[in-house]
Amino acid sequence: MIWELELVIYIFLLISAIVALEVKDLLVAVVMMTVFSFLMALLFVAMGAIDVGFTEAVIGAGVTGILFVVVVFQTSRKSND
Amino acid sequence: MRRQFDSPIVILGSRLLSPYIMVFGWYVIFHGHYSPGGGFQGGALLAASILLIRVAGGRRISRLQIQEFATTPLAVIGVVIYFATGLVSMAMGGYFLDYEMLPIPGLDPAWLRYYGILIIEIGIGLAVMAILIMIYDNMVRGEDYA
Repeated sequence: MIWELELVIYIFLLISAIVALEVKDLLVAVVMMTVFSFLMALLFVAMGAIDVGFTEAVIGAGVTGILFVVVVFQTSRKSND
Repeated sequence: MRRQFDSPIVILGSRLLSPYIMVFGWYVIFHGHYSPGGGFQGGALLAASILLIRVAGGRRISRLQIQEFATTPLAVIGVVIYFATGLVSMAMGGYFLDYEMLPIPGLDPAWLRYYGILIIEIGIGLAVMAILIMIYDNMVRGEDYA
């Protein structure tokens, strides 16, 4: 693959990981984790592991995003006890 | 965050997108034995298309699709397809999942392996789809927003 394009993907990967760790809003963190795993899928495909990249795109960017959103909506910011 | 209201744009978008995701899931399952993908990825795509409607439309619309009580039998059917294929080939004198012993008349052993893997993939896809939907349904149980 073109190494400049891969470098851009790596930079976006670092940015999305740092934002997902540091941001205050949990919904933004979930979306950033989805972006992270989609970029990871692109990198897996670029490295030749098409099957791994496909699984990462479907599971990481699809299903776990939905499940994390459900979890975020079921928890509250302040504890009740 | 708990406010809920009907957004026609969200429902229209997910209605537009969901059938194509489902068709792509079946494509991945049926081409899984000679191209990337397979039962797990195709089943996860089918589950994603159904979860998209469930997230966007709420419980009233998701009742029109696969209902909550139907997920467990679907998963059981998938597992039964998998083990029945393996055990039938075992009963015909081969090993477990030895596809060339499957009792389908008039096929070469190469084509028997081809169709045997296809049957296995369909079982795995059904089980994965039903169990991912079951996880979602159990997570939102008791809440009314989704």
